[in-house]
Amino acid sequence: MAATIKARRDGESLWAAKIREFRGAFTGLRREESIAGYLFLLPNLIGFLVFMLFPILFAFYIMLTDWSLAKAPEFIGLKNFDTMVNDRLFWKSLGNSFYYTFVAVPTGIFIAFWLALALNRKMRGIIFFRTVYFLPQITLTVAAATVWRWIYQPEIGMINHALEWLGIDGPKWIHDTKWAMPSVIIMSNWQGIGFAMLILLAGLQGIPEEYYEAASIDGASGWQRMRYVTLPMLSPAFFFVVVTSLIGAFQAFDQFYILTEGGPAHATTPLTLYIFQNAFTFFKMGYGAALAAVLFVIILIITIIQWHLARRWVFGFDEDE
Amino acid sequence: MASATKMKGSLFGQRQVKILVDLFTYVVLAVVGIIFIMPFAWMVANSFKDIRGIYTYPPEFIPEVWHFENYTEAWTMTHFDAGFLNSAIVAAAVVLGQLFTASLAGYSFARLRYPGRDKIFLLYISLMMVPFTVLLIPLYVQMRYFNWISTLQAVIVPFLFTPWGTFMMRQFMVTIPRELEDAARIDGCGFFRTYWLIILPLTKPALATLAIFTFVNTWNSFQWPLIVLGKPKVKTLPLLLASFQNQSGMRTPWHLIMAAATFVVIPVLIAFVVGQKYYVRGIVTSGIKGGG
Repeated sequence: MAATIKARRDGESLWAAKIREFRGAFTGLRREESIAGYLFLLPNLIGFLVFMLFPILFAFYIMLTDWSLAKAPEFIGLKNFDTMVNDRLFWKSLGNSFYYTFVAVPTGIFIAFWLALALNRKMRGIIFFRTVYFLPQITLTVAAATVWRWIYQPEIGMINHALEWLGIDGPKWIHDTKWAMPSVIIMSNWQGIGFAMLILLAGLQGIPEEYYEAASIDGASGWQRMRYVTLPMLSPAFFFVVVTSLIGAFQAFDQFYILTEGGPAHATTPLTLYIFQNAFTFFKMGYGAALAAVLFVIILIITIIQWHLARRWVFGFDEDE
Repeated sequence: MASATKMKGSLFGQRQVKILVDLFTYVVLAVVGIIFIMPFAWMVANSFKDIRGIYTYPPEFIPEVWHFENYTEAWTMTHFDAGFLNSAIVAAAVVLGQLFTASLAGYSFARLRYPGRDKIFLLYISLMMVPFTVLLIPLYVQMRYFNWISTLQAVIVPFLFTPWGTFMMRQFMVTIPRELEDAARIDGCGFFRTYWLIILPLTKPALATLAIFTFVNTWNSFQWPLIVLGKPKVKTLPLLLASFQNQSGMRTPWHLIMAAATFVVIPVLIAFVVGQKYYVRGIVTSGIKGGG
């Protein structure tokens, strides 16, 4: 930090030097540039301070209160977190968030990887298929979930008609506590796979052809080329996809809200939906904010773990700044 | 798969192997493609049926009679004209606002020197990681204090700035050669004119990426509007679609719901097909699908 102060005079305190430097930025030729810099930043900075930094700080206060919005907030310290420990539904929704995330993300990335490999072949019509796989991604989740809600209908839905045709008696999907979560996961992967696929495809296209040629000359089999060229070279793309998908999955909301409304019997209530219900159905702002803080901490911890693990499996990870 | 190819390689020679593998790949891609397209096809096909056609057993894929009137009926039943207008206003305002604030701040971060610049930038990127779920409750309370509940301001103003977009703009503008600007400055251009006449035209690809990303995200946005837009008059399309399927009674009018879903989806599909290049690049280079 002190390194930014170019010349600190003898006996001058750090703050005095900083202030002098700050003043210097507003004299002479640099004056115009400094003022322009702040002015250009201003519209953005106001938005940032009012609608991001302030709410984040405000959240720290809200989570320590009992607040229904009808009355003034009552400061109760950490009591919300105390309540949480004995809240069966909190644990249930936490478990659901983990269930959803750690099934949907690996299966989605696995399928996306194979699709990306197929799309990476030099063939005609690849762009067409890429567009098709990507369409669900840009479709609004509300519309997609609406269509899927109907696809999953036990009596008139598309899936059970197809299964019946194959002679299988289909389950009740979103109306069955066991099948509800898999139903959401299937729909979410249908919708979200295009994202992982695109990133992995870009990663594949970035691998220089010479590497494969060199491996072939050394007598590497198809499997060995995959193991020793493709996978290591693709690991940064995998890392990016894993990190962003995990963060995204913990925040998933729309599909749960529309497809299953959290049911049956809370089988598909993730933490996000539970936060929403507490804050905007029961108007427990304090408890909702405390739950949101837990969600944030979980996302933070998982992201930090990913960065630590990355050193072991992501190619060239340490070389990055 | 790899070992199978190798075996065939000894039997057929390399050219034939490539053709076989290509053929196999096409079959797989086509099957997966059909699975991906099926829900859309099912949605469109059923949007033209009548209620009996929906509940017919065994089901028919192509409607017997095409009921185009479903669309007008769904449109009026749900007050979609107001919804379309609301959605369009919100999307246009947010897109334009973000382009403006993000490119200005991007230029400021990338090119101008002033005290505290890098610290502010660091704060931006570190807060970019905070999930939107954390902001929901405090932001909602704030909207109540502003008296913005059930007004379009509530879904526009907080989203007129974007840390992610600002970051992207800054990264793009850093790569623009400085000589171009210096020439303009020597010719007596002020900072704003330099930004407007030199930098912005060169930033078009990044602006296009940000525009299409923001449009798709705003148009599709559901959770936040659901919280702050209670009155029917101000509801955006996703909200109307969601409440439409909730208010339907015993026999769900799936044909009308499908018609409604179809015309909500269409604007984004058009935006995507038109701007696919920029959208794909946005995902690949910076790869963040915004929440909210």
